[in-house]
Amino acid sequence: MIAPEKMETVLSLSHGAIDCDVHPALANTDVLLPYLDDYWREMVQIRTVENLDLNSYPPAVPLSGRPDWRPPRGKPGSDLGLLQRDALDAFDVRCAICNTLYGGPYLPNDDFAAALARGINDWIAKEWLDRDRRLRASIVIAPENPELAADEINRVAPDRRFVQVMVLAAGERPLGKRTYWPIYRAAERHGLPIGIHAGSSFRHPPTSLGWGSYYLEDYVAHAQAFQHQLLSLVAEGVFVEFPTLKVVLIESGITWLPAFLWRFDKTWRGIRTETPWVDRPPTQIVRDHVRLTLQPVDEPPEPARFERLIDHIGSEEMLLFSTDYPHWQFEGSDVFPAGLSDQHRRKIMIDNPLQTYPRLLEARQEAVG
Amino acid sequence: MPQRYVVATAGEIPVGGSKAATVAGREIGIFNLGGEYFALLNRCPHEGGPLCKGRRTALFESKRPGTFTSSRPGEILRCPWHGWEFDIRTGRSYCDPDKVRTRAYAVTVEPGRHLVEGPYTAETYSVSVDENYIVVEV
Amino acid sequence: MSDTNLTDSAPVQAPPGVVDCDIHPTVSAMSDLSPYLTDRWKGYMREYGANFRAAFANAMVYPRYNRDGGSRMDARPPSGAPAGSDLPFMRQQHLDPNRVDYGVLQPLRPNGIGARNQAFGESLTAAVNEWQIGSWFGPERRLKGSLMLTREDPAAALREIERHGANENFVQVSVLPHGLEPLGRQRYWPIFEAAAALGKPLGIHVGGVSGMAPTSAGWCSYYVEEHHSKCEAMQSLVTSMVIEGVFERFPKLRVVLVEGGFVWVPSLCWRLDKHWKTLRSEVPHLKRAPSEYVREHFWYTSQPIEEPEDPRHMLDAMDWVGWDKILFSTDYPHWDFDDPKFAFARLRLTPEQHRLLFRDNAKNLYGLR
Repeated sequence: MIAPEKMETVLSLSHGAIDCDVHPALANTDVLLPYLDDYWREMVQIRTVENLDLNSYPPAVPLSGRPDWRPPRGKPGSDLGLLQRDALDAFDVRCAICNTLYGGPYLPNDDFAAALARGINDWIAKEWLDRDRRLRASIVIAPENPELAADEINRVAPDRRFVQVMVLAAGERPLGKRTYWPIYRAAERHGLPIGIHAGSSFRHPPTSLGWGSYYLEDYVAHAQAFQHQLLSLVAEGVFVEFPTLKVVLIESGITWLPAFLWRFDKTWRGIRTETPWVDRPPTQIVRDHVRLTLQPVDEPPEPARFERLIDHIGSEEMLLFSTDYPHWQFEGSDVFPAGLSDQHRRKIMIDNPLQTYPRLLEARQEAVG
Repeated sequence: MPQRYVVATAGEIPVGGSKAATVAGREIGIFNLGGEYFALLNRCPHEGGPLCKGRRTALFESKRPGTFTSSRPGEILRCPWHGWEFDIRTGRSYCDPDKVRTRAYAVTVEPGRHLVEGPYTAETYSVSVDENYIVVEV
Repeated sequence: MSDTNLTDSAPVQAPPGVVDCDIHPTVSAMSDLSPYLTDRWKGYMREYGANFRAAFANAMVYPRYNRDGGSRMDARPPSGAPAGSDLPFMRQQHLDPNRVDYGVLQPLRPNGIGARNQAFGESLTAAVNEWQIGSWFGPERRLKGSLMLTREDPAAALREIERHGANENFVQVSVLPHGLEPLGRQRYWPIFEAAAALGKPLGIHVGGVSGMAPTSAGWCSYYVEEHHSKCEAMQSLVTSMVIEGVFERFPKLRVVLVEGGFVWVPSLCWRLDKHWKTLRSEVPHLKRAPSEYVREHFWYTSQPIEEPEDPRHMLDAMDWVGWDKILFSTDYPHWDFDDPKFAFARLRLTPEQHRLLFRDNAKNLYGLR
């Protein structure tokens, strides 16, 4: 329980913020049945796909649900009322972006994966966005068939409550590869950022060294996955081909960024002719095109060091407020690490998300269809 | 006061060729780009790599991923260590042209009959009035 | 970059008494190893070779920029032999002018560590060790060896330690980070046990061929990505060794990460500690916060040194890693070589920092006098 006086602090601290990462949970695949056509409804019913939880977020793992945010029964994040109470109201946010993490879109069968992605988007629109005006969502796609994924973006994008396109941080190929460009072309056309969320479809081991033993290793390794996705996106020239595209790293951790960029800049100086379209230092490209959600901060225990790290990052435009509800990343209302200036905190809560997600500025529209 | 040094005879460095010379205790590379001469300090401003041992390449650029353009053949010097590229005409780097550059020296070609009047220093040359010489100002 | 580097004054003097913890010797021809191989394996090497888990028989999947496995363009001896194969030239170009008191050899090519035929791998690795004695630290007392071990065949590794472990000129035992499984897995623990009993550090230079993609999202396109992926792999390696509990079991084991960078260490430690707190029920064998194991058991070589625009950022990172944990290295004769005269010049180290970095840390760790 948060004491009332503490609660007031919460209200004043994050009042009006835009929460860029909350996770409504799909109870099971059957929930999608009303949103599937006959063929896929039959497939879901006769084939054992009722539970396609991602191995990156098994619901019972402590990280997947903060103890005080877990519902009495069911998966963390599966209850709209609790999400409203514990995330939207408790942090007094203006709006929150729903990022649905579910394994369906990562089935190796492209058509099956695409059908479940469609189902998830229609489900989130009807059962979440329609029921709270503060909610927005990411378009879920099955990225390994980029043409089908682009079709899905084109289908859903007219509903302006969808504010970005989301993929997992580790799939079949590095995300900069041209194979995936139909996704970026569609996203850019609709003014949607690409959100890369922590998680893997495990087409490859969780690290380049192979399969470890523990979930903790997998979770820590997400930060390395984000590092190589940034390398890939920049080196392949995604931001040259799609100059207005923004990429948001979601639940990536943030403190690895400066050290990563120091080395990227250095290596680029020596072998930039390998990718001559990268015609300025990677750090500049990343500052212009890439944003990161706040939680988990992975901050040092010493606030003074965190202040230095903010200086290392060298930009106040890059961080976006997030609670990562219902994932267990911080206690109580301590969503901000110590060491941020008031001005920077305001940018993180409001200005940076509005800059990143232009659709958030639009007047609220009713559901399409 | 800059001093003028004779470093080569005009015919000595062919088009596309180069020569390293030690002048006033500094190693300097002299390059012939299509008949024009340029001189750079033979030391990368990064970690001191001997630039003249690097490969001379064209300027490779791209407007779009997957496309490659090539211009100014032989005018870019890649450091033999870390591969940083320098414009032989200016000494400026590709990666950070304003801050990272190697020192460039003025080069002239002068007839020997002018040079014998001085002032100049020829550490390895005895100048003849009948030849043309490459002169570096250091 | 510092404008002070623009000076054309006389070259900077190398600091005295440098210990270079990463020097790469190589063979001028495979026949250099003939004295140390039986006819059986000489023939095998000629006909079949190491047969690595990779596409090309005699080339790297990500081609380097310079010949001789990515060596400095000026590092071939006058004979035209491969860079790093000629001891007199190494003395003349590196050991003498750079005032190297001690240099630790990291023989990577050829290597039998990743050979699929394990019997051949054992013989080739043993030959490389004998060749270090015969051709390198035998004739040159400034050079010290790394006793190379076949990690996938721990029994063979133990035989090799039996043969040469007591040789004081092998200052460490060495494996490579990429193998069949993450290095913390228990199949590799006999090697750690032997290293701890021997009292010599375990040196781990980036590299190895596992057959797995260089990133958890698959095969990247470019060398710039692969180059960086080595650094991510070291992050995964630290994670694996710590989380698996290697240092609970072998509290005397000391590990040196070679050419994998170190500026990422603080962020990794914060991330490990943060998520360990949430997930500690999974790893009750860890008695302390992960960062404490890292602080106690890992050392790092310096090259390739990062070069952030603001030198204070680098000093922050070095403060956080610990001035007692960083060992100077050049990587001679490879292209990303760090020159002791220049690599740290911008940082304006204190005399004590200088002494630790360039000399004392390595002398203490390796027991050099």
